[in-house]
Amino acid sequence: MLPQFLQFLFSGITVGATYALAALGFTLIYNASNVINFAQGEFIMLGGMLVFYFMQAGLPLPVAVALAIAIPAVVGMLLEKLAIEPARDAEVVTLIIITIGASLVIRGLIQIWLGKGAHSYPGFSGSDPIHIGGATLLPQSLWVLGVTALVVVALWYFFSRTLAGKAILATSCNRLAAELVGINTQWVLLVSFALSAALGAIGGVLLTPITLTSYDVGIMLGLKGFVAAVVGGLGSGLGAVLGGLLVGVIEAMAAGYISSAYKDAVPFILILFILFFMPRGILGAQVTERV
Amino acid sequence: MALLEVDNLSKAFGGVKAVQDVSFAVERGLVYSVIGPNGAGKTTLFNLITGIYTPSEGDIRLEGQSIAGIAPHALALKGMARTFQNLQVCMNMTALENVMVGAHLQLDRNLVKAMLRFPGLARRDRELRDEARELMRFVGLESYWNLGASSMPYGALKRLEIARALAAKPQILFLDEPAAGLNSRETAEIDELVRKVADNNVTVVLVEHDMKMVMNISDRILVLDYGKKLTEGTAREVRENPDVIAAYLGSNV
Amino acid sequence: MSGVRRHYSLMLLAAVLLLLPLVLPNNFYYDIVIRMAINAIIALGLNLLIGFAGQISLGHAGFIGIGAYASAILPTHFGWHPLLAMAAGAAIASSIAAILARPIFRLKGQYLAMATLGMGIIIAIVIKNEAAYTGGPDGMPVAPIGLMGFEIAGEKQWYWVLAATLLFSFWAAKNLIDSPFGRALRALHGSEVAAQVMGVDIVRYKVAIFVLSAFFASLMGSVTAHYIGFVTPNIADFFHSIELVTMVVIGGMASIYGSLIGAVLLTALPQALSTFEGWETVVFGSILMTCMIFMPKGLVPTLAARFGRNGREDP
Repeated sequence: MLPQFLQFLFSGITVGATYALAALGFTLIYNASNVINFAQGEFIMLGGMLVFYFMQAGLPLPVAVALAIAIPAVVGMLLEKLAIEPARDAEVVTLIIITIGASLVIRGLIQIWLGKGAHSYPGFSGSDPIHIGGATLLPQSLWVLGVTALVVVALWYFFSRTLAGKAILATSCNRLAAELVGINTQWVLLVSFALSAALGAIGGVLLTPITLTSYDVGIMLGLKGFVAAVVGGLGSGLGAVLGGLLVGVIEAMAAGYISSAYKDAVPFILILFILFFMPRGILGAQVTERV
Repeated sequence: MALLEVDNLSKAFGGVKAVQDVSFAVERGLVYSVIGPNGAGKTTLFNLITGIYTPSEGDIRLEGQSIAGIAPHALALKGMARTFQNLQVCMNMTALENVMVGAHLQLDRNLVKAMLRFPGLARRDRELRDEARELMRFVGLESYWNLGASSMPYGALKRLEIARALAAKPQILFLDEPAAGLNSRETAEIDELVRKVADNNVTVVLVEHDMKMVMNISDRILVLDYGKKLTEGTAREVRENPDVIAAYLGSNV
Repeated sequence: MSGVRRHYSLMLLAAVLLLLPLVLPNNFYYDIVIRMAINAIIALGLNLLIGFAGQISLGHAGFIGIGAYASAILPTHFGWHPLLAMAAGAAIASSIAAILARPIFRLKGQYLAMATLGMGIIIAIVIKNEAAYTGGPDGMPVAPIGLMGFEIAGEKQWYWVLAATLLFSFWAAKNLIDSPFGRALRALHGSEVAAQVMGVDIVRYKVAIFVLSAFFASLMGSVTAHYIGFVTPNIADFFHSIELVTMVVIGGMASIYGSLIGAVLLTALPQALSTFEGWETVVFGSILMTCMIFMPKGLVPTLAARFGRNGREDP
């Protein structure tokens, strides 16, 4: 009984950590620009696919990983500069379609370049499972959790202790006011997209040895990251992390105990329940509108 | 019985008491003004009475019936209409259509009849078009009737909101700073318009900063300061009240 | 607007639909035009929701899927008459829309996007998994549809059925937009608070238009299923939803002829792109982005503005 539960829990928090990183990416961009970036999932895909490619090409793992995070970050910046910035004042739907267009382009290019096959690479510290309470845990899961924790701490430090981080926060509160006190909000947008793409890529880099990757995994992962962001209350960083873990664990439990065929539906059923009963998410802010 | 009665009304946003224990009554057919320095709670008071906000405490009665906490669309049924300090014109529609929306409640809103354009509905719509044009003439916007609202100047939009509110055939009309941002000639025109409205038997409640206009057209004036009622009376009484002078120190009362 | 002018554009559309068969060389082209018409009708319903009422749906393919599978399953497994099955599908889709809409429409746009997206994905997953009824990922055949012994068959017959439906839909949509109901919808898009103080119960109106567009999406799902004679889960999936939203937005939000143009273009595009072997997705994505960046209001409104119909936009 318990070992099985632990097993589901382990796989839940491992995947959940990736959702959390994607959700943080959504949150960052949403806060900085009010855009819901449907290309977020493609950065997760890029992370995994690029590590695979660079390792095939004979590069050592650390270099491959560094490139697989840096390249998506650049792609994120390009997306912001070339597609979001010129359409800044457009309606929400228009911006959503732009990001969907971007996601199709990224996915299409990878499909042409690296093919339709599923790929993977070995875990960073081998694949000998660790036994805990009758359940097994892959060393790679520890990598996922450890790095996610580090990233969360680093982000917290960035936003609460550095000027750059505070500038981003200020911009998300009130763009105009931020501009008036001399914050370069264009720069803030650029950094937000780069950071959020890098977060997604990190998730992909870490998760791929466990789950495999292919050119089309981005969309589901991205949508679940979006669910996680909304579960946490769109706009809240801590909420995004909790939301990600929650979505991952509930999905794993439902897949294990109820039906694995409906595994992919679980996050969406969850989000409907949350929107019905706690419409602002777990940690979302209460807003009063001025007329 | 007064048309509108407000009893011990309070509204707090977190720790900020925007309106505190305010009571007053508006008799039918009057022009009743609410004045006070910036941040005195005038717009909050309007938002409470017109259902945009729910009161924290106190009661509001229209024709003796409590209306506190009732949704704005339900208040419209009871003959309440208003304009907004920061414009709320529907920029995706023409000027005329904006006015026609004002008559929403007098029309057949059935979806199926609308899609199949039932003759009765179409006829009523044509009549309404003429009535709305008539109203635009009344507020002096005749020349704009076929224009998109987004291409109208600010002063015209202010009057468009008044026309839209009048299209609802309200018994009581709330005007939130109708002259704000207008030059003196435009202000004088609004002044005249408000009089014409009042002459047509619509009770007007007015928030306005332009003292000349307020003193000119108001039958009674309520003065708010820091969310509280400072005093209430005729223009002359208010003008001579030392508290009011103190609150407005340095301004042109 | 006078009676005659009101129907100018409709008469033009009717003329085009009447004359089109003269230039359509074969069934392949009929097929494309029929698909364009189906998409145009769905996009039109979606545009009422997105363009006119200012709400988002990223799950409309779910409603289409409900209609399509109701028409596939009920006659095949339960022996229902196809028309009855079509009505049942529309009833189910509208009920789901109504149940979902009430709580969701109290929230802001992003949450609505999330909720509709979630609903669409759940419907698609259910269709994929309930293979006993739906045939799973492989799909299932659909019985032909007919009334009193007459059966719609062949591209030419379907063409006339859909041409008539298209014309009716545009007439009805035009009527709706220019009615008290339609003005209330547009008003709540322009300013929710203004619409409210004018007596518009905004939640009720948003729910009504959402349910209406779900109803029509489901009906057109049924039509698609009968026309093709086969359904697969792809009809309900997320990409189909996105494709439909794209038709609305590229053609032009709040422009009914925009929906027509958007549907025509996006239906033709994959045919045109098939020459790009392998690059379809990339080219499609690039076109989406370019259109939205340079014409955020969509084709029809942008062109209308360019050719000097200043401000006054004929819906």
